[in-house]
Amino acid sequence: MKIAIASGKGGTGKTTFALALFLANSDRSVFLDCDVEEPNAHLFLKGIEKQKDVVQLLIPKVNADLCNQCGLCVKSCQFNALAMAGKAGVLVFNELCHSCGACTLICPTGAIQDVETPVGEISIYDLKGGAEFLSGRLKVGHSAAPAVIQAVKKHPSTTPYTHHIIDSPPGTSCSFVTSVSGADFVILVTEPTPFGLHDLKLAVEGVENLKLPYAVVVNRVREKDHLIKKYCAEKNIKILLELEEDRRVAEMYSKGGTLLEVLPDLKEKLNLLLSDLEDQVGANP
Amino acid sequence: MPIIAFPSAGNDENAVLDLRFGRAKNFVLYNENTKTFSVVENTQNMQANQGAGIQSAQNILDNNASVLISGNCGPKAFRVLNAAQVQIFFAEAKPIIELLQDYQQGLLKKAESANTEGHWV
Repeated sequence: MKIAIASGKGGTGKTTFALALFLANSDRSVFLDCDVEEPNAHLFLKGIEKQKDVVQLLIPKVNADLCNQCGLCVKSCQFNALAMAGKAGVLVFNELCHSCGACTLICPTGAIQDVETPVGEISIYDLKGGAEFLSGRLKVGHSAAPAVIQAVKKHPSTTPYTHHIIDSPPGTSCSFVTSVSGADFVILVTEPTPFGLHDLKLAVEGVENLKLPYAVVVNRVREKDHLIKKYCAEKNIKILLELEEDRRVAEMYSKGGTLLEVLPDLKEKLNLLLSDLEDQVGANP
Repeated sequence: MPIIAFPSAGNDENAVLDLRFGRAKNFVLYNENTKTFSVVENTQNMQANQGAGIQSAQNILDNNASVLISGNCGPKAFRVLNAAQVQIFFAEAKPIIELLQDYQQGLLKKAESANTEGHWV
């Protein structure tokens, strides 16, 4: 079962919750840090890096001898990654390329060749007790985050595990869509603030468009009744868990500790939560 | 004789220079041969997520300008303009007509490199 942990808003406790869910079930799951623009799970999991793979993308290279400077490739690029610089010919901005292949296809003289170019890397870590986790990292200055996320999700070392816990990037753009696509279940982590609600609505719209089953976890709850509860009741969205605002969690986080170290009783709850999701997904395949 | 381009939100020589290059609304052009001003739109990248500076640089080249007088120029636009041997001069937000005089009197500083960071990184 693939479970993606996501949220519209950043800083709601997505990674905090995803790590706790993983650590409570590390005997049967692998953790995938797909927040490739700022991966941070390795700061908390403290594993030993045993393997590093390069993620490559096909990026155009222009043969100036064959190029007739017609400019069709520049016009075809939707990502503004190409420019026609007079006599200097076509310039390629690798870091803006999304590897769509349009320029190579449209070039009438065959002057463009696709060349494998590194855009990121994947680290595979061993953890105490035999568990593993993967962390994707986009190269600084590059924009092709989805390519790195896809490579993490498809990495061969994830195959032996029953459950994949996918820590998604914040927001609801391409990176979010790539992270949650193909998941059996999405958990949206939010907080009871107007911003939390606003961005939760965007994330809900996203997962509903993708037709993925989902539920909500509310973090940093201060009062029994709050605006997320009201919204979820209206929309008939299930709240899986509410975590109370607790200064000790923030203090532990700042030292690189995890939620379970502050709330050890949560382990059993998260164990059951995963098993419940398993039953639910199994019942509605 | 070159064509000189000025990024601006306005349409003529009385308009003030727009300090933005990539997202400038228009380019006011001065043709040194005919001594006349004209304007071209630079709206192709209003909605672009990335590469607005590159597109603006392309627009400068497509209009045969060989001098750009701009408040700022980022690294990618600089690479395009430099490759095409467009000269870039930095200036303040003053009326274009005054900047043209400054340029003709050699008062503007020629750019040797980009003066801003890319907006992507």
